[in-house]
Amino acid sequence: MRALRSMGPIFLVLAVLLVLIAAANPFFLEPAGFLAFVKRAAPLVILAAGQYFVIVSGEFDLSVGSLVTVQVVVAARLIDGEESATWWVLALLIVIGLLVGLVNGVITTGLRVPSFITTLGMMLVLSGAVFLWTGGAPRGALSETFRMFGRKDLGAVPWSVLILLVMGGAAIMLMRSDFGKRLMATGDNERAAGLSGVRVNRTRILAFVISGLAAAVAGILLGGFAGVSAQVGQGLEFQAITAVVLGGVALGGGRGSVVAAMAGALTLEALFTLLNLYGISGALEYAVQGVIIIAAVAAGAVRLPFKRVARA
Amino acid sequence: MNRSIAALVAGASALLLAAGCASDKPTATATAPGASASAPAVAASSGTGEQSKFFVQADFDAELAMRTQDAEGPADKPWEQAIAPEMIDTAKYKKDGPYHLCFSNAAVNNPWRQVGWKTMQAEVALHKEITKFTALDAEGKDDKQISDIAELVGQDCDALIVSPNTTATLTPAVTAACPKIPVIVFDRGVETDCPVTFINPIGGYAFGADGAEFLVEKVPAGGKILALRILPGVDVLETRWSAAKVSFDKSQLNVVGVEFTDGDAAKTKSIVSDYIQRHGKIDGVWMDAGATAVAAIEAFEDAGQPVPAIVGEDQQDFLQKWKDGGLTAVAPTYPTYQWRTPVIAALKILKGEEVPKRWKLPQPKITSESLDTYLQPNMPPLHYALCGCEDLPDFPAKWGGK
Amino acid sequence: MTERTLTSFSLRRKVTGSTLIIYLALIGVLLIGWVLVAVDGGNFLTLETVVGIQQRSAALGIVAVGQTLAILVGSLDLSVAYLISLTSLVAAEIMAGQDSGILPAVAAVIAVSALIGLVNGLVITRLHVHAFIATLGVALIIKGVVDHLYDGPSGSVPESFQRLGYDRLGPVPVSALLWAAVAVAAWFLLRRTRLGYRIYAVGGDEEVARLSGVRTGRIIVATHVLCSICAGIAGLLLAGRLGAGAPTVGTDGGYDLESIAAVVLGGTALAGGKGGVPGTVGGVLLLAVLDSVFNQLEVNAFFKDVVRGVVIVAAVAVYARRTVRRRSR
Repeated sequence: MRALRSMGPIFLVLAVLLVLIAAANPFFLEPAGFLAFVKRAAPLVILAAGQYFVIVSGEFDLSVGSLVTVQVVVAARLIDGEESATWWVLALLIVIGLLVGLVNGVITTGLRVPSFITTLGMMLVLSGAVFLWTGGAPRGALSETFRMFGRKDLGAVPWSVLILLVMGGAAIMLMRSDFGKRLMATGDNERAAGLSGVRVNRTRILAFVISGLAAAVAGILLGGFAGVSAQVGQGLEFQAITAVVLGGVALGGGRGSVVAAMAGALTLEALFTLLNLYGISGALEYAVQGVIIIAAVAAGAVRLPFKRVARA
Repeated sequence: MNRSIAALVAGASALLLAAGCASDKPTATATAPGASASAPAVAASSGTGEQSKFFVQADFDAELAMRTQDAEGPADKPWEQAIAPEMIDTAKYKKDGPYHLCFSNAAVNNPWRQVGWKTMQAEVALHKEITKFTALDAEGKDDKQISDIAELVGQDCDALIVSPNTTATLTPAVTAACPKIPVIVFDRGVETDCPVTFINPIGGYAFGADGAEFLVEKVPAGGKILALRILPGVDVLETRWSAAKVSFDKSQLNVVGVEFTDGDAAKTKSIVSDYIQRHGKIDGVWMDAGATAVAAIEAFEDAGQPVPAIVGEDQQDFLQKWKDGGLTAVAPTYPTYQWRTPVIAALKILKGEEVPKRWKLPQPKITSESLDTYLQPNMPPLHYALCGCEDLPDFPAKWGGK
Repeated sequence: MTERTLTSFSLRRKVTGSTLIIYLALIGVLLIGWVLVAVDGGNFLTLETVVGIQQRSAALGIVAVGQTLAILVGSLDLSVAYLISLTSLVAAEIMAGQDSGILPAVAAVIAVSALIGLVNGLVITRLHVHAFIATLGVALIIKGVVDHLYDGPSGSVPESFQRLGYDRLGPVPVSALLWAAVAVAAWFLLRRTRLGYRIYAVGGDEEVARLSGVRTGRIIVATHVLCSICAGIAGLLLAGRLGAGAPTVGTDGGYDLESIAAVVLGGTALAGGKGGVPGTVGGVLLLAVLDSVFNQLEVNAFFKDVVRGVVIVAAVAVYARRTVRRRSR
């Protein structure tokens, strides 16, 4: 119990939810059942990890949802069912993700536009531009190889779980590196970090680039899992931010761990699964979600000194 | 620290409380598997929940009867056909060309509306007497569409075509427009008969029944049916489900779940996977719209199970999957060719020709016999086969085909 | 006394700059739009388009005025869209088509929205939940309740109340007058009352405000109550337009993010403490005129989104640039 406490409340909540799921659905305890759950959660967990870097640096990224849609729609049109096109399109998607993150970062730091506005604008531009390009609805088709990452298994383990492990591991290592310390310092107190020699702008830009990369990978996994859809990314930005905050990461920056942020995403996914299992009508599901988010953040905030955020 | 844990526990118990409350209410969502299995005799009525408050018996009977009626009009142009038309005189609207047509569109925010909108633009281009065509897109906002209609009425339009965003809320705006200009409404209706004509296919009851009757025929008695709906409360979708419910209730099938997918492919696939896991086997899938049918099929493929009897729609990706996998499937349709009809109707009205007051278009379903007619591998995956656009200029490129 | 004169003095200097820019931009867009539409063979400034611009901007304008207050105090409100849906339903259900229901309905809407604002404010100040999460959570709760209770448009608004949505005095619709009244009231509150000065003070630097004796928590709660009441008024207006309450009218209109966009477009700083109502009115009008130009030219909806996104970011970048320059001087 003490060990759980020291890890932070989110893990306790996650554990409770997982036990409740297992009680209602014993298949969940088998490796295949549990892996299926992780596979389903993987895109959101990866998005949350990316969003964590932005939030801990004191910013928001609202553009990730439409970036996911862009990834899937662009992939479908460019691949157009051709297996041979898969690999260069995958590379291109990663580049698009990095580039969108770079633009978000440069506008936010260089032009001093609050990231809420930068990424809100980016969200409008991305979703408008991609459908302008395809004439309103997705066209083309994804290849089998492309879909493998979100859909198929390598041996007994789904590809997306492996990709999640790699991305999650990389995120943890990044936060332990010098970059992670600089990022934390930037989010905690920009001026102090700057005075102690941190290149604040460059650090923030890198955080946006990481978020863009995470959105690209999440888009590849979601497109693989369920195929072409015009609304694949809808609302994901709010889910990702919610997940990070559930993990006890403070909006405004400087506080919280990336592991907890990813646990927050798992918790959110477990909550959806549980509500589904207990047959709560679709509508009330939202109300329950709202109560839990506020309760969890309030619980986390009581311990911390109140820190006002809206930092531009 | 203790306080924070207490708050979290409070949150979790609020969740459980909510779970407890909701399960008392007879909702449309999943019933416990044990409950329905233990009472197979009453399985007919269990599992489908209460009948929708949108259900109107007379409309239901009328629509189901229309399915077997022959439509009047040219056989190769279903968009000019009408079922049991009651023609009305339009001489008072007669005027000389050229014409300026105006169109208030609810939105172009989904593939169905995209295909329809392109088809309508192409239809307009066919008629030289239409020299100007003004279209405003309300972007799915009722309030904007109300302003759009007022703005169009103020312009020198000769006729106004309206595709309402919602039925009840657009009624005042359409009522205000009627005295000033001939109004043609299509797709969703309005709660007034002041428009000159209201055009749409047979409707949601026929759509829902087509799919459900197919499952009743193909799935053996006692078979487990999963019903997937997009979202509750939309009249055109409620009628589809309520008709399916009538069929299922009369049958020996066991509806193990009615779930909402939000039209999201990933969510659909997750829900279907969960049901396969929980029930071991699902014998039939009913859907109120086909946009996520392929995701449902993939859930069976990924679980290593044969795809059961399934209801989709006329989208190319579903038809392709159907053909490739040799599925047991049916595709009721809500044809996009209905976007051609309002333009034709407007011209008839302005030329003083008779039009049906209620212009009911035929609403075919695609079966395994007619599948090859509708499958067009050169078209994009989300293209709707019943666009009636094959003879229009710039087909297939304008619709994204090759 | 000194606190007040100092604040108002420095405020006036800061505000006029960005407000001027937004109105210059508005005139610019009007001119460009007029030329483009004329080249296209149309007539831009007809009675219908002028009325249309006002009708389209009234509801967003009222919400944005409330959002301005929330943002000025350093907060923001993501629950307004769902609150609008809720209040439109409350209004139409209580009116039930009867003239006698209008007064109780208006009172109920004000009460419901004030209550939601109170919850927002208390969750933020007492539970120390960031405004983004607090109002997002409240939004989800309202959404859950509304979706659970309502399947579609419901209730009925009597003819007399629908006139609020449709009547006009010459070229000015009643809805625009309502918007103007709300805007003037908010402007007066911010510029001429103690609460107004304190909103700026808390938004400028909460710690300093607290140290100088302002009860910051109360100011934030009061601001959220006012913001929610504005959303409630917009809900009333939309119920009048639609003739019924609708569970999706707020979200379909995108009033949450769009109102925030309009506020920052009008030069109010997202961090709080800087800006004001005149800028927001300009920002809403600019979006509405852009919309009208797009409408006349029949521009594709997706292209509109791209332009809107670029305009919003560019405007805020321009304001940020000016602030930096002034600071460095």
